[in-house]
Parts: sequence; structure tokens; C-alpha cells
Amino acid sequence: MLGTLTLLLLCQLAGELAARLLHLPVPGPVLGMLLMFAGLLWRGHVPAAVQETSSGLLRHLSLLFVPAGVGVMTHAARLEAEALPILIALFGSTLFGVAVTAKVMAALLRRTEGDEP
Amino acid sequence: MSADLHQIWVYLSASPLAGLTLTLVAYQIGLWVFERLGRRPLFNPVLIAVVLLAAVLTLTGVDYRTYFDGAQFVHFLLGPATVALAVPLHNQFEQVRRSAVALLVALLVGSAASALSAVALVWAFGGSLVTLLSIAPKSVTSPIAMGVSEQIGGLPSLTAVFVIITGIIAGTFGSWVLNLVRVKDWRARGFGMGVAAHGIGTARALQVNEVAGAFAGLGMGLNGLATALLLPTLYHLFWG
Repeated sequence: MLGTLTLLLLCQLAGELAARLLHLPVPGPVLGMLLMFAGLLWRGHVPAAVQETSSGLLRHLSLLFVPAGVGVMTHAARLEAEALPILIALFGSTLFGVAVTAKVMAALLRRTEGDEP
Repeated sequence: MSADLHQIWVYLSASPLAGLTLTLVAYQIGLWVFERLGRRPLFNPVLIAVVLLAAVLTLTGVDYRTYFDGAQFVHFLLGPATVALAVPLHNQFEQVRRSAVALLVALLVGSAASALSAVALVWAFGGSLVTLLSIAPKSVTSPIAMGVSEQIGGLPSLTAVFVIITGIIAGTFGSWVLNLVRVKDWRARGFGMGVAAHGIGTARALQVNEVAGAFAGLGMGLNGLATALLLPTLYHLFWG
């Protein structure tokens, strides 16, 4: 577990450094993810310890959003003043986004897989 | 006695221990309620935890900054968790490669549909420019969304709030809307949740079906990447 955590942090650190040094528009953790993914491809398989720790971390992924979510307090004034556009935009775009993505994906999957015997 | 209690309160309310512990306790309560009431999406653990914490902080008069001093230890893990998404991505790599074209097209269409419709709706209903810029990257996981928001002139902390609400909306009504548009393929259902609603959508998809969960994780990672690359580029193209 400690080894994997170290590995994850090293990838993130490398990602942050690369993003800053090369002035890339991509956040460090995402570059870290790509780095980690490249490493796993190179290794050919996911070591058991890495699998276990990352699954543990991802199982409680939604917990990690709670502190930022409580930040809703600090924006109470703006949220109240612009409640209508914000609520309509969030509800509309989220449900539209889910539906459009899934619909396009399902249609394309049907087409490509329908061609195969 | 009450002087002692007061001193303890002064110590605790300023120490990171309180914020950290409260966050975990609130989330456990959220999970407990969610499990107890039959795992209904309406009782989203994140939503319950956020409401509880905001209520406690408001009642005790502790400000968000003090709370965050403790809660930042949880928040910090978003970075390593993003890196850890490489693992499910690698596990599904074969299946991903086989449906690569469908994934790529659905990603670009879905990513654009989420961001543009959000921006258009804020604009159409008279929202401010800061709100408009802050809402654009709201479909992707918060570390990325906050980074993008900063780059295009939004408020990162406001974006974080939009990100969470987006996740909660998809977690709550996502299955319903997917049934409404009659998508049955688990890969497509999961991918839609991941692309449009990042980690909270992924957490929800994982609860429903394993294949959906894997594709949701993939959608979240890919859209994180696509949004991080495309949104700032588009912004500079149009606003200079």
C-alpha cells in the first residue's frame, strides 16, 4: 500500500513538474495518470499491490469531493442571486450530456458490432 | 467546568483534527442513510454529507477556511486518485481498443454537448460572465475542472461547487434519463455518466453495474483530458 501510494504521488509530482516546466494546459494529476498508464502498459500487467491500493482509493472517490462541496457555503450570495440560470444550466446540461453521450455511443457500438458476424 | 469546555472548543475549532473528523463522520452518516433507505439515488451520500457539514459549520459559526484546514487532507487525495484512474483504464484497455472509434466520437460529442449547453443556458437565462466561465468545465473531475477554470478566467472554488452539483444531479437522475432515451448497453450508459458527471457519476455507475463502472471511469478520465486540452484552446481562440 505504501509503495503504491508513493508511486501515485511520484507520478503526480512528475506530472505537475512537466505541466509547469513545459507550460502545458493540462493539470498535473492528468499527466500523472498518463504517465502511470504508460508505465502499466510497459509493465504489461497491474501488480496486485497497485490494483488493491488504487481500488481502495477509488472505492471512496465520492468522499474526496465532500470538502470542495462544502465550499458551496462561501458562494451562497452568488448562488442565490443567479439561482435560476445556474440551476437550469446545471440540470439541463448534465442530463443532456449524459443522454447525448450514451445515445451516440450506443448507436455507434450497434453499427460497428452489427457489421461483424 | 464551562471554562474548560470553552477552552477545548477553542482548541478543537481551530485544529485540523475537527475538520477532518467531521468530514469522515458526515460521509459515514451519508453512506448509512443511503444504505438504510434502500440505496435510492436521491439519498446521495455526498449531498447528505455536504448539507450536514454546511449546517454544522453555519450553526457553530466556524468559517469554511478553518474547516478546510482539516478537510484539505481528504481533498488532497483527489490528486493521487486521479493518477490511480490509470489502473481501471489499463484493466479495460482491450475492450476500450475494440470500441475506440465509438468512444472517441461519443467523447467529443458528449464533452462539447455538456460544456456548450451549460454555457448557453447560463447566458440565455442572464447569468454573469464569471458564472458562465466557471460552469464551462463542470463535467470533469474537480482537480482538472478547477485548473481549467483558473486558466479561462473563472473562479476555481465556484467551479468546484458546480462540479459537485453536476455529479449529484447525474447520480440522482442519470439512470432515469438513460431509461428515458432507451439506452440499454451498459458500456454506453456508464460512459455517458463518466463523461458528463466525472467521479460522482462513476461512483454511481459502479454501484449499478461493473461494466458500466469501468466505462464510466474511462469516460471520466478521457473527458478530463479532452476538457483540459480543448477548453482553454477554444477559449483563447474565441476570446483571445
